[in-house]
Amino acid sequence: MFLNIFQYSFVVRGLEAGIIVAIVAPLIGIFLVLRRYSLIADTLAHVSLAGIAIGLLLGFNPVFSAIITTLAASLGIEKLRNSRRIYGESALALFLSGSLALSIVLLGIAHGFNTNLFNYLFGSIVTVTQMDVWVMLILAVVVICLLALFYRQLVFVSFDEDAAKVNGISTKFMNTLLIFLAAITVSLSIPIVGVLLIAALIVVPVVTALQMRKSFLKTLLYAEIISLVSVISGIAFSFYFNLSTGGTIVLIMLAIFIVTFFSRRK
Amino acid sequence: MSVAHTNNIVEVKNVSFRYRNEDVLKNISLEVHEGDYLGVVGPNGAGKTTLVKIILGLITPTSGSVYLFGEDIKKFKAWSKIGYVPQKATHFDTNFPVTVKEVVAMVRYTKNGHLLSKIKDEDEHIIENALREVEMWEHRNTLIGDLSGGQQQRVFIARALAGQPEIIFFDEPTVGVDKKTQDEFYTLIKQLNQKSHLTVVLISHDIERITEEAMHIACVNKTLVCHTSAKEFFEESESLNILGHKVKVIHHQHN
Repeated sequence: MFLNIFQYSFVVRGLEAGIIVAIVAPLIGIFLVLRRYSLIADTLAHVSLAGIAIGLLLGFNPVFSAIITTLAASLGIEKLRNSRRIYGESALALFLSGSLALSIVLLGIAHGFNTNLFNYLFGSIVTVTQMDVWVMLILAVVVICLLALFYRQLVFVSFDEDAAKVNGISTKFMNTLLIFLAAITVSLSIPIVGVLLIAALIVVPVVTALQMRKSFLKTLLYAEIISLVSVISGIAFSFYFNLSTGGTIVLIMLAIFIVTFFSRRK
Repeated sequence: MSVAHTNNIVEVKNVSFRYRNEDVLKNISLEVHEGDYLGVVGPNGAGKTTLVKIILGLITPTSGSVYLFGEDIKKFKAWSKIGYVPQKATHFDTNFPVTVKEVVAMVRYTKNGHLLSKIKDEDEHIIENALREVEMWEHRNTLIGDLSGGQQQRVFIARALAGQPEIIFFDEPTVGVDKKTQDEFYTLIKQLNQKSHLTVVLISHDIERITEEAMHIACVNKTLVCHTSAKEFFEESESLNILGHKVKVIHHQHN
């Protein structure tokens, strides 16, 4: 029975895409969580919905339009936060609600909500094309390379921004890089978990791994294992029991979190 | 362009800082000489931390200029000469998953720090020496959040030392630590200043203690109220009125 799963090319594509997302999401997630930027993932996900709406309306590939919109918004959020004229989380709320409002209006113009949109909202491995897998792979390689290249500086900035700056690190560049990479990660995760559940994929494995109280690299390693186990088993479960892929993945992640949280409680 | 005196490590010229239409600092000029041990004192909200943050380039002043090692801070690049031990309580997440050694290693990889870069033998030595200097080497594999407040502060001092700076700024390093640990800190800082010839700038609210420890005292209360030798500061009780209330410095022995 278990071998049957690989007979379907859409499942294989879904697994490929899922593994790519599972590897990348915690890499960016660990920095977002530790910098108290968790909500950025959710905000960017809503922004990407506006991007998808623009794509659907104008007939572009929605994932491409989502990437461009999310990157532009990520720079806008960072600029607004740096202006210090409004609180950081208020900037996120503005972008989150604003982009959701824009999505609703645009989708209304594009003749309402349809099943296609439903796939983007909640994710569906059925709709993942081979082209999607290639685009995701390229974006994932870009994110991984940049994170690896600036790894130690990013850890320093996340731990102690002032001291990092005094030591000559451009914290402005690191913050912009981080939000830029978050935007790419959100966009490439859309086909698997959908806009509404992306934040969970980026945040939950990291929050779970942090409960183990290990060094930075070990925490990252645990987050990767949790993410991969959840995504692969989530795809398999959703296939055999005909469940929503995104929802199943996130529920498995949350189950692991709950078990870890209560077993590690002092 | 004005040229700073070469013996001055820090030169602050007519620096003012306004925040939301209120003066935080007004027209401050100050120098820190090589080998100096300067205590920066003043009441809460007097702008001590703001002044140090301006010197470190973390805050841009509304007006005035800062020179580090004779160079305008806007062009200053030699940040490795500067060490900074921030106020622990406000800068630190105890859940952050880093070991003591990882914290100290941070300052060695500010330029080239990719994931696969192995710690060089030379850096390994520097990190070990810095941790031994503050007696924290045996805790190198402990998570920073699992240490006591005093131990965490030692690690931050080790991190500053591992950068091999010529000047170290301490922002209230003894806040929240017990009396014995405070004494150990002051002994360590004095050693760094006298034996290792490090220039020290230390913000403190503990006027009595810093007057005994430092060579010079800068008294800040929005303006630079006084900048004098610790001895004079101690002797001239009049100067203490400027802090907003009369302070009597009591000289006592520390065991």
